[in-house]
Amino acid sequence: MEDIIKTNYNRRSFLKVSAAAGGGLMLGFNWLAGCVPAAKEKTSVAIPDEWYDINAFLKIGNNGVVTIFSPNPEIGQNVKTAMPMIVAEELDVDWSQVVVEQAPLDAAKYRRQVAGGSQSIRQGWQSLRMAGATARRMLMEAAAQKWQVPVEELTTQAGSVIHETSGRQAGYGELADLAATLEVPAEVALKDPKDFSIIGHSTKNVDGPKIVRGEPLYGLDYYEEGMLTAMIIHPPAFGIRPGKVDDSAARNMPGIKDIFVINSKPASAPDQWQKTFAFPEMVAIVGDSTWQVMQAKRAVRVEWERVSPGISTSDYRNDLTALLEVEPAKPARLDGNPEQAFARAAKVVESSYSAPYLAHNTLEPMNFFARVTPDKAELIGPVQTPERLWKTTAEVLDMPLEKVSVQMTRQGGGFGRRLYGHFGVEAAVIAQRTGKPIKLIYSREDDMTYGTYRPAYKVKYRAALDANNRLIGFHVRGAGTHGSPVFANRFPAGAVDNYLAENHNLDSNISTGAWRAPRSNFIAGAEQAFLDEVAEAAGQDPVAFRLTLFERAINNPVGSDNDYDAQRYAGVIRLVAEKAGWGKETPGVYRGFAAYYCHNSYVAEIVDVVMKNAQPQVQKVWCAIDCGIVVNPDAARNQVEGGIVDGIGHAMFSAMTFIEGEPLQKNFDTYRMIRMKEAPREIEVFFVDNGIDPTGLGEPALPPVQGALANALYRATGRRYYHQPFMMPNSELGMALS
Amino acid sequence: MSVFKLKVNNEIKEVNVAPDTPVLWVLRDHLQLYGAKYGCGIGQCGACTVLVDGVGTRSCMLPVSAAEGRDITTIEGLAEGDKLHPVQEAWLEHDVSQCGYCQSGQIMTAVGLLSKNPQPTDEEIEAAMNGHICRCGTYVRIRKAVKTASQKL
Ligand code: FES
Ligand code: FES
Repeated sequence: MEDIIKTNYNRRSFLKVSAAAGGGLMLGFNWLAGCVPAAKEKTSVAIPDEWYDINAFLKIGNNGVVTIFSPNPEIGQNVKTAMPMIVAEELDVDWSQVVVEQAPLDAAKYRRQVAGGSQSIRQGWQSLRMAGATARRMLMEAAAQKWQVPVEELTTQAGSVIHETSGRQAGYGELADLAATLEVPAEVALKDPKDFSIIGHSTKNVDGPKIVRGEPLYGLDYYEEGMLTAMIIHPPAFGIRPGKVDDSAARNMPGIKDIFVINSKPASAPDQWQKTFAFPEMVAIVGDSTWQVMQAKRAVRVEWERVSPGISTSDYRNDLTALLEVEPAKPARLDGNPEQAFARAAKVVESSYSAPYLAHNTLEPMNFFARVTPDKAELIGPVQTPERLWKTTAEVLDMPLEKVSVQMTRQGGGFGRRLYGHFGVEAAVIAQRTGKPIKLIYSREDDMTYGTYRPAYKVKYRAALDANNRLIGFHVRGAGTHGSPVFANRFPAGAVDNYLAENHNLDSNISTGAWRAPRSNFIAGAEQAFLDEVAEAAGQDPVAFRLTLFERAINNPVGSDNDYDAQRYAGVIRLVAEKAGWGKETPGVYRGFAAYYCHNSYVAEIVDVVMKNAQPQVQKVWCAIDCGIVVNPDAARNQVEGGIVDGIGHAMFSAMTFIEGEPLQKNFDTYRMIRMKEAPREIEVFFVDNGIDPTGLGEPALPPVQGALANALYRATGRRYYHQPFMMPNSELGMALS
Repeated sequence: MSVFKLKVNNEIKEVNVAPDTPVLWVLRDHLQLYGAKYGCGIGQCGACTVLVDGVGTRSCMLPVSAAEGRDITTIEGLAEGDKLHPVQEAWLEHDVSQCGYCQSGQIMTAVGLLSKNPQPTDEEIEAAMNGHICRCGTYVRIRKAVKTASQKL
């Protein structure tokens, strides 16, 4: 069975595509050719003499080699392999004949060139499939014309069109020139997922060989002749701006070309970036080489002026705690009569949970290359939102959009930090002022202390149990330094008759932003740790306790706007419980369970903790995930493993703290990141096989593991872990850490 | 500024830089070798690791003046033409990389470890690799890849 799907493409859009993308131009996008000696550029396939552009996603060489353009930013989530796999599947080409290139930013050709919200595959799924399927159809029509046979009699296999009755066969390379001139079909047949031969089969990272050879792939590796290095000095604390700058000593240091103050904030900063131009004014230092600029940076004296209050960690911790005692004007969700339920409860369980600000700490610090001349601005580097950077740069440089271009390099991590491309704008402003191409580099300290941090959160839960230990009331009140972390319509909403969710916001001048699995990255852990306490108070097994609630949500849900599918939720819980043998005890192994739904995917996890030298050590994590069709299973497992390690690491060890607006953690000596010794020894991942279109994968594995970890730690140590990071004494959080 | 002669991947290179310039920046800014990465600049993350006389060394902490006359191997010098080093092969076999940024440093430490200790125990692998940060959390695969490489050696 084939699905017939309307392509959404019309003739005109593809004509435009072809005209805008001449073969020569397309090849020119491989900017790395400029900085890698030709001898090092080894490809395993022969380079064709002639390329034919079929559509925005692919071109075919006369020898059958296919170049597939991966539209979205690659931040380590492996879309640069997965997205082309989807195109190749429908095109029906052998993967060994595929060369992948990062597509340039082109808002007219591609939709949503963004890495964020775990949406690349989910939202690209149909258009990537159609790009491959329409190309395949055009190749078949080319063969039909050549051979004068009806197109219905043709089939394809691994890069060839076949006419079985006459025994004729032609490779895509032989048909591409004619195919490129044909109409784009208005309708196209997509494969039945049962016939997938690339999707669902583990395919190695297309950049893997270059990574292990240390080839220059990242923004920080970008180089061209005559380029200068730029660094910035941003205010050392939130709430201050640069006043008088004394650069007399620095100016004359070797290699230093210029020092000046920039303001890169656009008048109309897009909402999302409004708060992330936390330091619109900063000092820029331009010189020949990184070390020289780093030295000069230290010699610049800046007098700072206060513009807003300097906030300390103890301030917002106290404020969040106080807010949780206040009843907000209106609830985010109210079902039944929680007040009555709590009044008649046989038992009430109440607990609060908190978590600190977190830095993103992508291992490659923020950086961008820019060359700005009076008639063009070229930006090259790592950014998760290239379109927004493109538009903002045009505005700030006061140049028309057509004169500004943005190209994406491979990115040394994203986690949300590179959604806020202010550093790209800064690079452009510095390049314009300098009149020379520059590469802006943030030091680790610049990076860690220029936050678009995960906000600090606190939440209070209450649960009411009746005399039969049934959950009759549930109340959650959350507060955060940039909005509440509570999702009012997520579980256990829908499973409890009397339910109340309330939100508070605490304003702050410490800038925050999206951090891998925003809000979920805290609330899942808190909620799942709380449910563990409630199950214990009810004298029930934590898994059975949740399954009872899901039974209720399946059979007789409370309210109609529940965010989740209770069947799929219960499905992953049963799956992980079965795989891990939940309920069987192993001496010395302490187990914790949690489940969560976010980014359209369902995850259930079990964490096994052992005690080693009186310290808890995560031995193994079991994960069941329902994220629909899995495009690249081994790489998907890698994402899940990473999310789990990330979640455990930050819950155990990491925190940003402040004194009078100054971040106290500036580098990895004081900001503790998880390392190999603390990482789980083993992670086992089980995907639910259900043939549903793919959903999020880069984020959903992270949130619940913090709850499963807290619950395992409780069994291992006998105490509940309410405040992250678990391994840091709570009292230390409000104090200076030296 | 002074002239320093460095032996990098078996070639002698001359650079004219300040004596305190870390080898990391000499490699990246002056020799256009980008395999050693900048992650922290203070010896905490391991992204900048190269081999100095066969020993995994943080190039961000090693001034060029102390590197003269020593044998520096960067990740670019590991493979012999098309033939990858067994550690590089193992990294591909386990498809270790996510963003990949930390991996060249991880690979260099693994090479240094296995050249001295071809059959490390789990604890020895951990002790050697613990100086590295992988922000993407690929530790489980790194551990497996080091083991696979040790079997290949
Ligand atoms: S850059 Fe050298 S250890 Fe981090
Ligand atoms: S793979 Fe991204 S930091 Fe290690």
